[in-house]
Amino acid sequence: MARRAGAPEVNAGSMADIAFLLLIFFLVTTTIETDAGLDRMLPPIEPPDTDVVIKEKNIFEVNINKSGQLLADDELIDLKTLRDKAKEFLDNNGDGTCTYCKGKKDAQSSDNPTKAVISLKNDRETKYGTYITVQNELVGAYNDLRNREAQRLFGRAFTDMEAEYLNPETSSEAKEALKEKVKKVQDLFPQKLSEAETSTSN
Amino acid sequence: MSKFNKKKDGDTPAVSTASLPDIVFMLLFFFMTVTVMKDSTLKVENTLPNASETKKLEKKDRVIYIYVGAPTAQYQSTFGSEPKIQLNDKFSDPTDVGDYILQERAKKAQELQNVLTTALKVDKNANMGLISDIKQELRKVNALKVNYTTYEGDAFNNLQ
Repeated sequence: MARRAGAPEVNAGSMADIAFLLLIFFLVTTTIETDAGLDRMLPPIEPPDTDVVIKEKNIFEVNINKSGQLLADDELIDLKTLRDKAKEFLDNNGDGTCTYCKGKKDAQSSDNPTKAVISLKNDRETKYGTYITVQNELVGAYNDLRNREAQRLFGRAFTDMEAEYLNPETSSEAKEALKEKVKKVQDLFPQKLSEAETSTSN
Repeated sequence: MSKFNKKKDGDTPAVSTASLPDIVFMLLFFFMTVTVMKDSTLKVENTLPNASETKKLEKKDRVIYIYVGAPTAQYQSTFGSEPKIQLNDKFSDPTDVGDYILQERAKKAQELQNVLTTALKVDKNANMGLISDIKQELRKVNALKVNYTTYEGDAFNNLQ
């Protein structure tokens, strides 16, 4: 006995196919953007009122020429050794006031980490890629030293703590607790990386 | 006469696919919500360099983007193959950077105007001369916080 009750049902079997089509479209077009990079502060354009005199031995001068060669403190070096050189310079502790440094106390190198300045100069024709590599190594040198101290004081890597501190999903109490620690480690090795204006000479 | 066919025993019943659309829709909605459509089309080559000591750029509303690189193939006949600056959707000179930053800054909410970051998305084959000009312009308008946007990776790959 054939009983007809109202309108016939629409076949929904192809719904999955349609949904799959849309899904694949969005899958392909999605780029979950994770922008990351090296954070830097540019120096303000007005010169400071008082001229700051920095002793030559407290400046670690890094010069990149147009073919990507590296001159660190008047010495031609390989990019791979730059990080160690920078660490050696920052950690030197020439005047012995830095209690946590493990450097060689070389009188010809920097007095202590708070006075040590790294100056980065580049040519107008330097490749951007090379420049970023050098920046990365110098930031890496600071991070390595900070990690060492953070590990000693708080048993945790500095970069780890900083990432958590900057993460917007971290709760405010946790942030407050981290703020002190991050600040403390930062003060042990303050990042003094000056970017001089570009030279046009070779 | 097989009006009442006996069902064979031991035959596994077909898996019901009725809930398949629901599952697929769930995935679909996930991807629809996380998808960010690009707001400006890139007119320049933009292979970023690699770096390992990176920090994440949180909060997109606080970022102003500047793209630098050689024009892509279709624009090379008009703009040449030297690296150029792209602001929003057009090629620009270093002298326009300051105005652009001020303009973008004015568009943001008052409380964000002091915490803006300028993200420099620069092709790794660009020359530092152009970047220095941009940096100089940024200093003029007091936009001192910059982020050299990079890919995550070994920095020594940049040298090849």
